[in-house]
Formats: sequence, structure tokens, C-alpha cells
Amino acid sequence: MTASRGPVHAPKLDVRGRIADKGRSGGRRRLRLRRGEPRRRVELGLLVLAVAFTAGAYTLAVLGETASIPANIGPFLVVVVALLALAHVAVRQLAPRATPILLPIAGLLNGLGYVFIARLSSGDRLAGLQATWTAVGIAAFVATLLAVRRLRSLEAYRYIFGFAGIGLLLLPLVPFLGREINGARIWVSLGPVNFQPGEFAKVALAIFLAAYLVENRELLQISTFRIGPLSTPDPRHLGPLLLAIGASLFVMVAERDLGSSLLFFGLFVIMVWVATGRALYPVTMIGLFAVGVVVAYRMFGHVRVRFETWLDPWDDPFGAGNQVIQSWFALAWGGVTGSGPGLGEPDRIPAAETDFIFSVIGEELGLFGSTALLISYLLLMGSGFQVAMRSTVPFDKLLAVGLTALIGVQSFIIIAGVIRVLPLTGVTLPFVSYGGSSLVANYVLLALLIRISHETNERSLRSRGGTQ
Amino acid sequence: MNRQISRLAAILMACFVVLFAQLNYIQVFRADSLNDHPVNSRKIVQTFNEPRGHIETADGVRLAWNIQPTDAGRLEQQRAYHPTADLYSDVLGFYSFHYGTAGIERQYDAELRGNFSTSFRDVTELLADDNLIGHLRLTLRSDLQNVAAEALAGRRGSVVAVDVDTGAVLALYSNPTYDPSSMALLSQAAAAEARAELLADEGKPLLAHSYQERYFPGSTFKMVSAASFLENDIVTLEGEELPTVRSYTPPLSDKEISNFAGRNCGGTLMELIEQSCNAGFGELAVRTGPDALIATAEDFGFNDTVPIDLPDAAESVFPTDFGNPLPSEEHPQLHENSPALAQSSLGQFEVQATPLQMALVAAAVANGGNLPVPHVLDEIVDSRGDLRVESSPGVWRRIQPVIARDLALSMVGVVENGTAPGLRRNGVEVGAKTGTAEVSNGDDTHAWVIAYAGPNDEGDRIAVAVLVEAVPDGGQQTGGSVAVPIADRVFDVFFEQ
Repeated sequence: MTASRGPVHAPKLDVRGRIADKGRSGGRRRLRLRRGEPRRRVELGLLVLAVAFTAGAYTLAVLGETASIPANIGPFLVVVVALLALAHVAVRQLAPRATPILLPIAGLLNGLGYVFIARLSSGDRLAGLQATWTAVGIAAFVATLLAVRRLRSLEAYRYIFGFAGIGLLLLPLVPFLGREINGARIWVSLGPVNFQPGEFAKVALAIFLAAYLVENRELLQISTFRIGPLSTPDPRHLGPLLLAIGASLFVMVAERDLGSSLLFFGLFVIMVWVATGRALYPVTMIGLFAVGVVVAYRMFGHVRVRFETWLDPWDDPFGAGNQVIQSWFALAWGGVTGSGPGLGEPDRIPAAETDFIFSVIGEELGLFGSTALLISYLLLMGSGFQVAMRSTVPFDKLLAVGLTALIGVQSFIIIAGVIRVLPLTGVTLPFVSYGGSSLVANYVLLALLIRISHETNERSLRSRGGTQ
Repeated sequence: MNRQISRLAAILMACFVVLFAQLNYIQVFRADSLNDHPVNSRKIVQTFNEPRGHIETADGVRLAWNIQPTDAGRLEQQRAYHPTADLYSDVLGFYSFHYGTAGIERQYDAELRGNFSTSFRDVTELLADDNLIGHLRLTLRSDLQNVAAEALAGRRGSVVAVDVDTGAVLALYSNPTYDPSSMALLSQAAAAEARAELLADEGKPLLAHSYQERYFPGSTFKMVSAASFLENDIVTLEGEELPTVRSYTPPLSDKEISNFAGRNCGGTLMELIEQSCNAGFGELAVRTGPDALIATAEDFGFNDTVPIDLPDAAESVFPTDFGNPLPSEEHPQLHENSPALAQSSLGQFEVQATPLQMALVAAAVANGGNLPVPHVLDEIVDSRGDLRVESSPGVWRRIQPVIARDLALSMVGVVENGTAPGLRRNGVEVGAKTGTAEVSNGDDTHAWVIAYAGPNDEGDRIAVAVLVEAVPDGGQQTGGSVAVPIADRVFDVFFEQ
């Protein structure tokens, strides 16, 4: 394990300083660090499994379509291995004590998504783009680990993140810059590059909210203001929260993006509730949001169509209801074991590589595959919440909750939409759907979670070391 | 905060359990019913690679068969059609990987794939022969299809020919038509382009106009009206003479019903039919009253779907509401909308019929009042050579034989003394009724003729309906001048002259 000597040097800057103060020997510390390394070996093992699974699915998908072993399986494997190895080495160097679960699951989801995007795209154009975006995502992952060496630095820039988040959210509404695609004005065009700033806004807003709530949660917990028999916190502190609800509704109406609206709203409610522990907040916020949704339903056709299609897609099976019905047909056709990769008929599903990629996977891998996806997200969430629970720093804790909730709520919203548990709202399936902005933003999010995990473990190790 | 986090985790977990439950519902419990859903075109993927029987005409022209595609992909079968398949598109339909099935390919889809709903011959068949398929032989004759297309000469319209006694459809053709192989292309892009082109054509080539489209039948409908007059003893064929007039104004109306080209015309019912007098028919219809006319129209098959063995046949329509009866000394059958009834007896107002329906009217007259069940399938033979399905003649509706005899006499009169002299033929009894149906407001008219012909002794008899659609701003085209020559050419081929 000569390669594992690398991480020994990287994070020791602050650690060594403290240890030096306590007068402990460098040799002793080195020994301790090695004890932390099993996490990385577990991660490596899981990554190998993820690569094996991705390569297997890729081969089967190409076999299913052309009945011959793909000629480019070699280069494909090299790229997948190289990207994941890069991420793995970065974690070893920059966050060696982080939980080993997060990166392999993200890698698996990303790889699986890539296989199905490649299988769907004719002429490999989307596949090539998605591969490029994966590389950019991994680069962003490494860059985030490099740039955010300590979480406290993020906390200090809370208002910058707050304004950046709001700004990014509103960016698509700027004339000439914003673009409307498929009815939703959530795109920004800069020269040849189109991106969805909302994907980045969600991370920035999670950081802002975590910092803001840590600062104000005690004020929000105490009831000082009385209206008749009800006692509520001082309305002054509630202002930003009302603003948040307003922003969610605004996104729904002005950008016609129901999914993002729901996602932002979910993020606000969850973070406020976790920070304060008072049920009053979610109840009130959900009530206000519900009123907003009812008003939007009355006033805006696009909201109404979504709801009516949800309630009865068979009313217009070739028009408004077509997407959801085709999604159901795909899943039903897959049955329990699926048609096999490359052997389904996903061309019949609209927006198969983005919103409906879950249905494609459910068709070709069956109930087994769709359940495996659900479990992957549950593991990702479980791991994220574990990071949050183990953290002792309120900001880290709350940020981990926010970031994990983003993954969980977003995957729930889109899966629920395509299988008609909720009205269909177009958000991407994290790490799986085609889409550069989403992939890059989610890798940044993942890097932050890994950074939190590393700091927490590092801290607990040190405190244990301190009591010895 | 940890308490909230574990609760949050539990809530999200519960959400995912709901997703899991729904996935089970879709992918397990409802999977079969979703796979069989009529909107779902996925099943064709499963069946597409199975062998499929061929389809041929009565005289042995193979119209459809399966081939191995050249650029395979994962499709191992492709449907191929005869170069002249566009002559048969009304009947054949298509068998497309992307757009499902139509026409006879849909009607006998199970049999073509070898699934015979009739009792299987022995138990071993269930176990052994997976590759058993059914080959269809149609009743259509290629020579009659050919002459129908040639005689229409590109004009929009339909030609239907039926065997009077058996109901076997000998020709079923309508313009515009399409090539079924363009819909059956394997390349999605090519098939989509072909389909988009057909859908964009305002002539609606994908529609089988001969039995899926309705038109004003005009004066050809007078045979149905005349049957009603006779059944209800309003007149006899050669009894009462109606006044010779230029036009007739029904009660409750100031709108005249004029004879064709404003001619004077009148006399017995026989003469009214021979000369196609509108005024006399209008008057007799008001006398007969709506209930009797509706009943007779429905006896001929109106307001019901023709039981032909092809999908989506259109229903021919006779209106069923002419208002309440009004007391009147002069007109015992007066109703609020008697003027509309007078128009209806001429095949105008809201009366609409498919060319197939009108051919059956002629067949019923020739067949002693028995309106045959039309069919395009002759027989199905499986790939081992065993006969599996054989069509048998059936009767759909019955008109009194005496009435049919009177109608036959009058239709012969139309050929001998009336508006269709062009159909006269040596040694063969020919009866006909022409029609010139006004379309909306303009002067444009549909040209119609329904006719039957057969040897006076034993022998096959044929009934035809010919429709040439109105051409916008094309002016008048009369049944006698435009449709009759087409029917005559069909008879030429049928009687080999």
C-alpha cells in the first residue's frame, strides 16, 4: 500500500499543528491515520463493484441492440475507471476519513444512467455529452474538495451564498439570457452553453439556510409574540422564511417549473423544522404553500393541466396523458425481471433520457432494477443522514441534512411523478438523468457531504485522542 | 436536532415505501392489463418477429407476405406488399411495427399469426406446431380492382362491387389510395415521414372511403323511399299518377323542391323513378310520414354498422327526428319538420350513406329482398394446407320479396327508359338508379349510380355502387354521365365483354 502514503501528507496541515502543540510524535499520528484508511479500502472495493456493474450493463445493452460485444468497451472502461479513480484518489488525499458509501453509490447511479443514455441516444451524441459532463462533474467534485478545506469558511460567506442562490434562481427570467425550453423558463444561455442555474441555486441556498438557521434558531424556537391564544416567534425573524415560500411560488408561476418549486419548498420546510424542532413551522408553511398551489391551480393553465393529467391521464391518452401512460406501459412491459438492457422499447417514452429515465431503467431491468434504484437512493440518504447525525457542529449538521434532503426529495419528486404517485413535475433524477447542470451540481453537493463527513470523523478522532 | 433527523429519515423512507408499493402495482399486479391495453402498441414488438401468413386475391395475386429484412437490427421479419397493393389499400390496411395494424391485417391478425379461435383439430397441435400460420384468400378480384381504379382515373370516389347472392365483395376501391408498404417501413424515420405525408393529404388516403366515409346518397336513396311508399300502400308502381310539375312546395315551407334542371316531370311511381322526379317524391314522402320512412331506411341497414369483416366501418345515417305530429285534414302524416322529410326522401338533408351501404341496397333489390352480409374473406388455409375458416353467405336484412320485385322492375326501367341507358346490355338483366347529390351550397354535386346485373337464367349476379365525389367549383356532374360509364366498365369486365 505504498500509494496510501499519499493521504498521510495532505490533511496533516492543521492536524499536525495541533498535535505538535500537544507534543505528540509524528510517528504516532501516522499510525492513527493508517487506522482510518479501511474506509478508503471499502470505498475502493465498492467502486470496483460499481464499475463492474456499469461495464456489465453497458455490454448487455449493446449486445441487446446489436448482438455483438461492443468494440468500444475498452475505451469506455478506461474512462469510467479513470474518472472514478480520480475521484477516489482525491478523497484519499483531501478527505481521507469520509464515509466510504457516498462516492460508490453516486458512481453507480452515474454509470447506470450513462449506460441507458448511451443506449437511448442515436449517433452517440448524448452519450458523448453526458461523458463530458461526467468528467466536468468529477472535476467539480475534486475542485470543491480542494476549495472547501474547512466548512467554517462556507459559513462565513452565508449571505453571499444567499444572494447567489436567489440570483441564480432568477437568472432565467433575465431577458436575452433566459431561455424557455419545453414550456419551462429555467435555462440560461451563455454563448454555446445552456445550463440550469436552479441546480446550482439549490446547493447555495442549502448553505445559506444552514448558516442562517444556526444563527437564528434560538430566536425562532422561543415564542415571544402573542396573537390571542397563539404564541409565535417574533415576526421579524420569520421574514426570511416567508420570503422563501414566496420564492418557491414565484418559481412555480414565473418559470413554470413545478418540480424545482416543490424541491425548494421541501428544502426550506425540512431545514427549518430540523433546526427548530417546532412542528408549528412545517404546518404553517405547508398550509401557506397549499393555499398558494390552490390559487395557482385556479389561475394558471399549466398547473391545472398537470393536476388533471395526474388525476386522469386516460382522458387524453395521446395528448396530455401520453407521457405518464407510456411510462406505465414501459414499467408494466418490464414486469419483475425486465426486458433486458437494450431489449425494451424506450423510444416510445417521451423525454426518456431526462425526466423519464427511471421508466426506461424500470422497463429494461424490471422491478428488480427499479427497486435497486430506490434502494440506492435510500442508501445515499441513509449515509447522508448518518453524516448529519454524527456531526457535532450545528452548521455542518444542518448543511448535511439540507444536502441529503435535496437528493432524497428530488429523487422522490421525479420518481413519484413518472409513476403517478404525484403530479408529474420535470426535475432530473440525481446522477442518473441526462443533463450537465444537474450532474455537476450534484457532484458539488456530494463533495460537500464528503467534506462534512471527513471533518466530523476527524474531529471525533481528535477529541478521543485528546482525552487519552 | 438528531431527533428530527431520524424522524425526517423515517418520513422519506416512508415516501420511498409508497414508491415501492406503486411500482409493484404497475410492474406486477397491473402488468398484464397494461400490456393488453388498446392504447399500448408494445405487444406488436413481441408478435412482430413471429411468422405471418400471406394474403391473396380470389384469382391468386399474392398481395402481402413476410420477408427477411435486409438491414436486420433486432427485427427478423418484415411485411412486404405487392407492387399494386395500393389498389387494395381499403381492404388490406397495413401491418406496421411503428403504427400498429389496419384493415384486414387487423381484422384477421390472430388468424394470420396462426391463432385460430375455432376448436383446434387435435391436442398434439397445441404442443407441437408453433409455426402454424394462416393464409388468407380474399373475395376481391384483381381484374375488377384494376378496372375500378382505371375507370375512376384519379378522381376522388369509390367503386364497390358485391356478389348479389353471397355478399362476397368483388371490388372495394376508393381514391385517394396509398401504398401499404410505405406504412410498413421498418425505419422509424421513414415510416414516420410516409405517415405524416399521408396524414397531411387533405384527401385522407388512410381512410377507406368505400366503407369508412359517408356521403349524401342523392337520388340513389329514392329506391329506399320508393320501398317505403310501396310497403305503406301510399301508391302502387303503376297506379296513381302524380301531376306533372316543375317543383313541389311542401306544407309549412316556402322552399320549393325542384326537379333536376327545372324540368317538368310526373306520372306513376315507375315514371317518377325512371326520370328521378324530385317533386313527386317529396310529395309522396310527406304523405308517407316520418315513422314509416325511418322504419324502411333502417330495414335497409341505415343507422346501423354494416357487418362487414373489416374494422371501423361507418354507419349510414337516416335522421330519426322530424318533430311532433301536427293535426291536419289535408296531410294526415304532417309533422313539424315535414319539409326536411321531403328532402330526406331524395337522399339530401341529413341522409348520409357509405358507398358499400348503397351497393347493398342494389344487391337486396336484385336478391329478392335479402340484403346479404358483405365479406371480403373467402377462406383461411393454414400452413399445412388444412382449411380453417370458410366464409358462408348470410342475410343481414330482409325486404318483402314483392316490394323487391317492384323495385327491380323500376330499376330496369331506369336503364331501359330513364337516366341510365348506358348500362343496357344484351342477354343480361340490368337495373340501376342514378344520383346527383348536391353538396352544401354550391353547384358541385356527387355523381352516383347503384346498379345490379345478371343473366336472366342461372349465373352470378353483381351489384355495384359508384360514387365520384364532388369537385370543389367543378360544377355539376350527373350520375348518368359520370358514374354510369364507370359501372359499365365494371360490368364489361365481370361479363368478359
